[in-house]
Amino acid sequence: MATLQLNNIVKDFGGTQVIKGVDLEVKDREFVVFVGPSGCGKSTLMRMIAGLESTTSGEIAIDGQRVNEVGPADRGLAMVFQSYALYPHMTVEDNMGFSLRLAKVPRAERREKVLAAARILQLEPLLDRKPRALSGGQRQRVAIGRAIVRNPSIFLFDEPLSNLDAALRVQMRIELARLHEELDATMIYVTHDQIEAMTMADKIVVLQDGVVEQIGSPMELYHHPRNRFVAGFIGSPKMNFLEVEVRGADAEGVDVALPGGDCRVPVAGDGVSAGDTLTLGIRPEHLVLDEAGPLTGRIQVIERLGGVTSLYLEHGDSEWILVADGNVAHRVHDEVRFTFDPACAHLFTADGLALAHLTRHPLADIDRKENRASSASDGR
Amino acid sequence: MNPTMTKKLLLTLLAWGIALIVFFPIFWMVLTGFKTEGEAVATPPSLFFEPTLAGYHEVMARADYLKFALNSIVISFGSTLLALIVAIPSAYSMAFLPTKRTRGTLLWMLSTKMLPPVGVLMPVYLLFRDMGLLDSQLGLTIVYMLMNLPIVVWMLYTFFKDIPKDILEAGRMDGAGTLQEVLYLLLPLTLPGIASTGLLSVILSWNEAFWSLNLTTSDAAPLTAFIASFSSPEGLFWAKLSAASTLAIAPILIFGWLTQKQMVRGLTFGAVK
Repeated sequence: MATLQLNNIVKDFGGTQVIKGVDLEVKDREFVVFVGPSGCGKSTLMRMIAGLESTTSGEIAIDGQRVNEVGPADRGLAMVFQSYALYPHMTVEDNMGFSLRLAKVPRAERREKVLAAARILQLEPLLDRKPRALSGGQRQRVAIGRAIVRNPSIFLFDEPLSNLDAALRVQMRIELARLHEELDATMIYVTHDQIEAMTMADKIVVLQDGVVEQIGSPMELYHHPRNRFVAGFIGSPKMNFLEVEVRGADAEGVDVALPGGDCRVPVAGDGVSAGDTLTLGIRPEHLVLDEAGPLTGRIQVIERLGGVTSLYLEHGDSEWILVADGNVAHRVHDEVRFTFDPACAHLFTADGLALAHLTRHPLADIDRKENRASSASDGR
Repeated sequence: MNPTMTKKLLLTLLAWGIALIVFFPIFWMVLTGFKTEGEAVATPPSLFFEPTLAGYHEVMARADYLKFALNSIVISFGSTLLALIVAIPSAYSMAFLPTKRTRGTLLWMLSTKMLPPVGVLMPVYLLFRDMGLLDSQLGLTIVYMLMNLPIVVWMLYTFFKDIPKDILEAGRMDGAGTLQEVLYLLLPLTLPGIASTGLLSVILSWNEAFWSLNLTTSDAAPLTAFIASFSSPEGLFWAKLSAASTLAIAPILIFGWLTQKQMVRGLTFGAVK
């Protein structure tokens, strides 16, 4: 059992607020990912949870107990650092067993626990090595093993994969998800990579400038971003934005003017009236090439990935990205027409807030656990 | 021969030249120690002569070499140990818990090395007299410790600064208190640096003459005082003086020879990384 509550957490560094009042509830055994651009305060927030950074105001509670004044070692947490932070002068076994040695656990018991963790991570053949004799991926696993040995109530991961190469990153991502299932522990994970957030999280916390922009499941953030920042941050390639004029609006939808004709977006239009300017947002994968489409663009760059093709289009003075299937025959400088399903479009007001969709996406409330459960019943 | 080869050859010759210039006085001193007084002052100096131990015999007969050597060992190693005990905590706090004044403090410490020692001789002498520290091993140990403290703190500070903060934080997450953090993580990781700092401090203390001559007479006099006792007002006896000097530098020379790898590594630590 391990839950975590943050109540109005503030961090002030010499007069500059880097965390501006964060509230968060982490449920037992949840995998929560903090994501945001660099400098958004996600690492600071994690360090505050870990106890490595003091809290200016607000309350941190683990299992309902206030821990603000509790030292990092006594909070029952374990942290995996971005740099791994292995002890270079100790063997893998001593690295993993260091916390137990400090806690004066007898040697035999220590060895047993280290071996158990090593077995989970397939580190047994490496126990006598020093960190410098390990590859990046192996060091990463030792750092995770060191955390497992402590048997923490909550695991903290501070950008653990950012020093690995792309292929290894994908592999470790899957391994971490598997580990979460196996250990059945609460995990908090910091990353700037929205793909890591989408693939691993039960719940994503999007941060910007020390403020929580949105908290939700990956699919909720993808389909129902609360504001323009989240919409642009989640999803790759980035969402396309276009300034549009409102023709008419009611609670059943908003009519907006597009270059090739009007379009009705099924969002709640309360408070919007004709003549207003809104921002239309459409994901690149929701744009469809269509000879009769209302939008046109000239191809600037084509990126063929095999399965899909990304087209970078010049559309007026804005640039659009369109993800088409892999067999698109168009060439650079071709003029193309395209369209989209209005149900997939988003509208943002001038202050960046999204107008609520009338229907909720059926998968918006699914979490990763359910994904796993269904794959298990498929017989893998 | 290609240009890089020529350059290499020239540099090698230059290095040998400098090394010979530095080494020659020591070589000549050792040589002179084995001459008679007459040969020692002969012009032109004789390079080939019949070596004699007469100088050494006389030096050993006139003064208790072992007592001076023991004083040197006790004082230089003692002051080094004391300096490390004081400097490790201070360097730790400056490296890992810096404040706005840390830089200023470090520079101030270094600035004390620019002070001519003779400027504070009188107060130190009077203090030592009143506290009964004159001509005592303890007194000289304290003075040497204070003399080397700025350098020792500076060196340790730079070694500590090279240790990634993450490693110490990982230690804190694992449950290490400050003492355990220092004992289990910081000291093992910076051992080469601490060793070379200590070696430097020992050598500086061993060679120090100003304070030892002014604050000791007989009981606590180290080898520098031993050498000085052979320059007499009746004139210099070069052979004896050379023999005494050779005896005085021999221990530290051997010590330096054995630890030179460690020394070089420590002193070039920042530069080669």
